[in-house]
Amino acid sequence: MLEASAPIRYEFLYFTMRNVKFRIGLFILLFFIAAALIFPLFARYDPNAYVGPAGHPPSPEFWFGTTTFGQDVFSQFAHGLRSTLIVGLIGGGIGTLLGILIGLTAGYRGGLLDEILNMFTNIVLVLPTLAVLIIIAAYLTVRGILVEAIFIGCTSWPWAARAIRAQTLSLRVREFVDLARMSGRGSLKIMLTEVAPNMLSYLFMTFILQFGGAVLNAATLDFIGLGPTQGMSLGLMMNNAVLWAALPLGMWWWLIPPGAAITAIVGALYVMNVGLDEVFNPKLRKL
Amino acid sequence: MLTLERVTKIYRIGTLGMQKLTAVADVSFEIGEKEIVALIGESGSGKSTIGKMILRLVRPTFGTIRFEGKDIFALQGSAVKDYYRKVQGVFQDPFASYNPIFKADRIFTMIWEEFFPHISRKEWNQKLEDALQAVGLNPSDVLGKYPHQLSGGQLQRFLIARALLLDIRLLVADEIISMLDASTRIDVLNLLADLRNRGLSILFITHDLSLGYYISDRSIVLYKGRIVETGPTERIFAHPLHPYTEMLLASVPQIEHKWAARSYRVEQNTAHSTSGCVYYSRCPIAQSICAQRPPALVEVADGHWVACHMRS
Amino acid sequence: MGLRVENLRIYYHTLRGYVRALDGVTFSVADGEIMGLAGESGCGKTTLGHSLIHLKPPMTYIEGRVFLDGRELPIWDWNQMNEFRFRHVSLIPQYAMNALNPTRKIGRMIAELLAARGVDYREVLPELKRRLDLVQLSHEVLGMYPIELSGGMRQRVVMVISTLLNPSLLIADEITSALDVSTQKAVCEMIVEFRNRGFVRSTIFITHDMSVLYQISDSIAVMYAGQMVEKAPTETIFRSPRHPYTRMLIAALPRVGVRYREERLRGIPGTPPQLLKPPPGCRFRERCPVAFDRCQEPPPFVEVEPNHFVACWREI
Repeated sequence: MLEASAPIRYEFLYFTMRNVKFRIGLFILLFFIAAALIFPLFARYDPNAYVGPAGHPPSPEFWFGTTTFGQDVFSQFAHGLRSTLIVGLIGGGIGTLLGILIGLTAGYRGGLLDEILNMFTNIVLVLPTLAVLIIIAAYLTVRGILVEAIFIGCTSWPWAARAIRAQTLSLRVREFVDLARMSGRGSLKIMLTEVAPNMLSYLFMTFILQFGGAVLNAATLDFIGLGPTQGMSLGLMMNNAVLWAALPLGMWWWLIPPGAAITAIVGALYVMNVGLDEVFNPKLRKL
Repeated sequence: MLTLERVTKIYRIGTLGMQKLTAVADVSFEIGEKEIVALIGESGSGKSTIGKMILRLVRPTFGTIRFEGKDIFALQGSAVKDYYRKVQGVFQDPFASYNPIFKADRIFTMIWEEFFPHISRKEWNQKLEDALQAVGLNPSDVLGKYPHQLSGGQLQRFLIARALLLDIRLLVADEIISMLDASTRIDVLNLLADLRNRGLSILFITHDLSLGYYISDRSIVLYKGRIVETGPTERIFAHPLHPYTEMLLASVPQIEHKWAARSYRVEQNTAHSTSGCVYYSRCPIAQSICAQRPPALVEVADGHWVACHMRS
Repeated sequence: MGLRVENLRIYYHTLRGYVRALDGVTFSVADGEIMGLAGESGCGKTTLGHSLIHLKPPMTYIEGRVFLDGRELPIWDWNQMNEFRFRHVSLIPQYAMNALNPTRKIGRMIAELLAARGVDYREVLPELKRRLDLVQLSHEVLGMYPIELSGGMRQRVVMVISTLLNPSLLIADEITSALDVSTQKAVCEMIVEFRNRGFVRSTIFITHDMSVLYQISDSIAVMYAGQMVEKAPTETIFRSPRHPYTRMLIAALPRVGVRYREERLRGIPGTPPQLLKPPPGCRFRERCPVAFDRCQEPPPFVEVEPNHFVACWREI
């Protein structure tokens, strides 16, 4: 019916870029990424140093005001944003990779291996993340954001693995996979070159959701005080703000920037995901 | 060349695999050199499962499949590749056989990488052009395109050309023209027939009796996973013995004469009993013996076998 | 009265422009006539069938008029068509048997469908049961879920549902393509039976399988690349086809009795033109063995004999 001359991938790009939801999400995300890159250049102070008057509202000297202890909120925000995005990227990346590895293997190989991997997935899925973290926190007295990112990645993959396994199960019975088997291709090669590329859109969406999830998870951990012991993050800022009663004291400038940023980033990622769903699912696609 | 010995395939279905579905039951036949065998059956007859087992894509529950005397499921490592060098398949849906996000000629590249890694690009391109021309395609028209830019007929020819690149002896063609348009299907069918002259054997799986008649030397009629009748194609079509074969023949729409009026006996939602003949519930000539025990496949004439208590 | 379609043009709106899926089609179907609609995939036969009842984007109405029993069908207006759908015009789409709502029992689904058209289920029930008997389905199916029925049985249910209100026009789109030969025969016989009993008046039976049409249709219309190339009574189409495309289509049909070793059939070389920018003149020109200069101009669809229409310069 449609005599397409452009390859499919360009068509996807076209529909992707035309999708308003995706564009809005991408714009917000890019804004925060740019901010994370640029803001630290303007941050004049060490985020943890006591540099100004205590509890000062925003002013030309301290753009976002200062904390109860006289730390510069803008410097904290600039560095916190950067580390929050890094945690999201690394944590989301690890979660996606593990999910792909385990989901793809379980779905493609099937049989006993599938049973074992499935059981493992379910165990990790129900593992009480907080309890584990408290134990880890007891052992690792010094924790950086990298440790946090790895931890988040290692606990968030199960649902991704389950979703990818289901996709793989439906793809592996497709005839082009049979054809690859009849071409003498090994299982690993078929998984990587035949099955995975067909889920590319799906994998990308998984990553976006994992990214958002990792940002949110990190904020939660930081907020309840199980975050990094050093450095700064948006969740840690909120943790401190609440701990030192920023809201009852009317120090809104301490609480709102990190809260708004986390909400906006996670929200943007989810909106992008909905937009991509419309792109990849032709039934939802508008011409 | 290829022998099936009492091949049975049982699938476990339902929750926890409690129920069993016998897709193929106790099927034995062979395919000789330069022979076109039609495997005829309706949906649920197990014909595609047999094709997939021959292609090593599905493992039989019981029975053995031998190719040139060797059990094909006992093959290991490079022997598997050697098997696929000689036995290949083409499936029903031309579009499903291609990975939609890659160019269609990737199926050839795969063959090159896996079977002929030592051949230079120039030599390979020559070989590929020869194969494409052998299936009636003009290489410059069809190479470098995505599957959706080619027609169903072109895609099926591609798959046949892919098989020709190897030293193929047996081609399993599973309903390969049922999704093609009338204007191209006959050409693909003729192409298959011509391949026999190159020394190929073909297992032609179809639900369409007129296609089976057009092309095959020998026919096997399947019903619910069992062979009900088999023999030389011309003989089966001229003197069908099994009531199921008769019914199939009477149902084929033809352009010489119209259907006999209102003879249909539509399927009902009744589970067939496992003790008797599988066709018992639909059979117009069934007797009490047919419900009691399954009929054996008996040779009634030279090479013509039928599994029916009433007709053998 | 029947159906009359005049110069119908339906295009598909795509990124690259308009695809002329249906480019000026004129024909009529008489009362009680079963018209077969044949042609290769992409020739516009499904577009034609669907445009008469379900015209929605990306399908775009360009021009043309449709009359059913003397009343004009407002096919370009989705809401106005509601009055006609199911009551006067009914469609059985290709995969209808797989599209039944899996969470509803068949009886309840029918009741809801009727309620949406302002018809009381209980009033129709006796007739519904009679029709189930006719297609050899037990009344128990009304209390069953679609998944409990086989494909052939679901197809029969769909046929009963779509003809329940005795529509003037039934459009059956490839309803036998996915069925086994024995079920195919049963479904075809039901189509004829429904017409004989007056459940439907006119039928358009869309299929790519010409031999099925020979069995059941009164007349056959052959389409090619969005246009009608020939329409005639069934016997005429098979015994004395006038358009080269029809002739080649029929010659390419495999039949029991024809074997490769004895008689080699031939297909039609080439592929249909793309309809984004169709070539001027006769659209079959490039594949036609008897094309000549005149074919540079589009041939008109004219009546060469009573009830025999052809669009070919060689035949005029």
